[in-house]
Amino acid sequence: MAEYMVFIWDDEQAWEHADPGTVEQTMAAHRAFMTRHAAALRGGNRLHPSGVSTSIRHTVDGGVAVSDGAFAETKEVIGGYYLIEAADLDEALRIAADVPAPFGGVELRPVLPAS
Amino acid sequence: MNPVVAAAVADAHRTEWGRVLAAAARLTGDLDAAEECAQDAYADALASWTEHGVPDRPGAWLITVARRRAMDIIRRRDTLRGKLPLLAGHDDVGGGPGTAGEDEAFPDDRLRLIFTCCHPTLAPDARVALTLRLLCGLTTAEVASAFLTSEPTMAARITRAKKKIAAARIPYRVPGPGELPERLAAVLDVVHLVFTTGHTAPAGPALQRRDLAERALDLARMLRLLLPDQPAVAGLLALILLTDARRHARTDPAGRLLRLAEQDRARWDPGEISEGLALAREALRRRPYTRYPLMAAIAATHATAPAPGAPDWAQILALYDQLIAIWPSPIVALNRAIAVGEAHGPAAGLAALDTLAAEPQLAGYHYLPAARAEYLRRLDRHEEARLAYDEALLLAGNSTERQFLATRRAQLPHAT
Repeated sequence: MAEYMVFIWDDEQAWEHADPGTVEQTMAAHRAFMTRHAAALRGGNRLHPSGVSTSIRHTVDGGVAVSDGAFAETKEVIGGYYLIEAADLDEALRIAADVPAPFGGVELRPVLPAS
Repeated sequence: MNPVVAAAVADAHRTEWGRVLAAAARLTGDLDAAEECAQDAYADALASWTEHGVPDRPGAWLITVARRRAMDIIRRRDTLRGKLPLLAGHDDVGGGPGTAGEDEAFPDDRLRLIFTCCHPTLAPDARVALTLRLLCGLTTAEVASAFLTSEPTMAARITRAKKKIAAARIPYRVPGPGELPERLAAVLDVVHLVFTTGHTAPAGPALQRRDLAERALDLARMLRLLLPDQPAVAGLLALILLTDARRHARTDPAGRLLRLAEQDRARWDPGEISEGLALAREALRRRPYTRYPLMAAIAATHATAPAPGAPDWAQILALYDQLIAIWPSPIVALNRAIAVGEAHGPAAGLAALDTLAAEPQLAGYHYLPAARAEYLRRLDRHEEARLAYDEALLLAGNSTERQFLATRRAQLPHAT
């Protein structure tokens, strides 16, 4: 078995302008997803919008530079994640393809196990 | 070096490489190690066969030696076991369909290997590269030259793909029945691409790259052997055979390109034609039709034309209509437009071609202006035809095709 991170990338603007019905539907779809895949789920959360992010970079002189906002300015940002466990990529793909993502898509990335 | 032994090793390299590597990969669970085992087995063969003679079943001999190497590697690895990521599913017993081979000591794992190499989560160019390297035993340099890439670029591409297979745990397994059609389509596309690259090389002095065309034929035959019930496989093998059967007839003794209508059909390979026709019939027995059975049907209609260059164009057009409904690619649309022109006259063909002018996937594809030039010529619009030939000549990379286009252009009557 191996762990995979499922990053949910979506368009924050679309989220912001979504009507309450769509938002509720999506939340219900996530609850249903979590029930269906409870056995494989190792964690997961929705994140606050990237507007409240803080980015921290280490500078060459050994200091720390803190700035307001996401790390990279992109239309789609990480809005949530799931940590799942699966036997192989095929199994992980089946689970990841089931993640509701009406305003974007998901990225599936294997976790490098700590040795 | 004993020439008989050298020839036997070379022959076994071509026919057995994929099986030897696949058998080792099942044990090592690691493609790099499996390649090492296969290489060692062939090196041993050269020495051992020189001394003891070529064995009755070279493939079984090579697999036995490669498996022994694999066991050594596993033992060595176990003593310094880290967190080496191994191929997921490599130690599953049984391999789903295709492990048959009653008279062989070991199951044939080439299906697992090709499904791993052609996994949809790998980039399409990486699928082709891995297949040629791991299933066919081409060197990185040979793969690079097939796809007009530099060797370091190709090496990096292969390394990256292997890393992904291990780290993301792409399974070493034949997909289950539910996934098989979609996954098989990805495998067949790789084999088809290898074939088309060999049948008409995208660049270079020779019209064909026989090495690639033959590898594609080998791969298609392997898939047919291991998946005998799949119409898509029968369709692809039929398509390859019916197209490849014309290999000796495609150029004249001076190496000039001949159109289908000009080819001497006595030089078509009769064995490949009849085998291809039988497979095409078989592939078309099951509905709904998929891509390769339909393409095989088109090739079969050409192969059974009552007179040279005069196939049943109405039927070919009807087949393209079906093909484009399930496979709406711009290349299919281009071929369909040519069928329109042959079935309904050059004006209709030109009109169909002109609807594709803005298609971004066809920009830079020399067959579009070449086909336009042909219909403009038939409509006696010679000046426009000349310009279309010029455009095709700018885009064509294969010297034989360029020479053909230049000759056609020169044959246009000059304005008086």
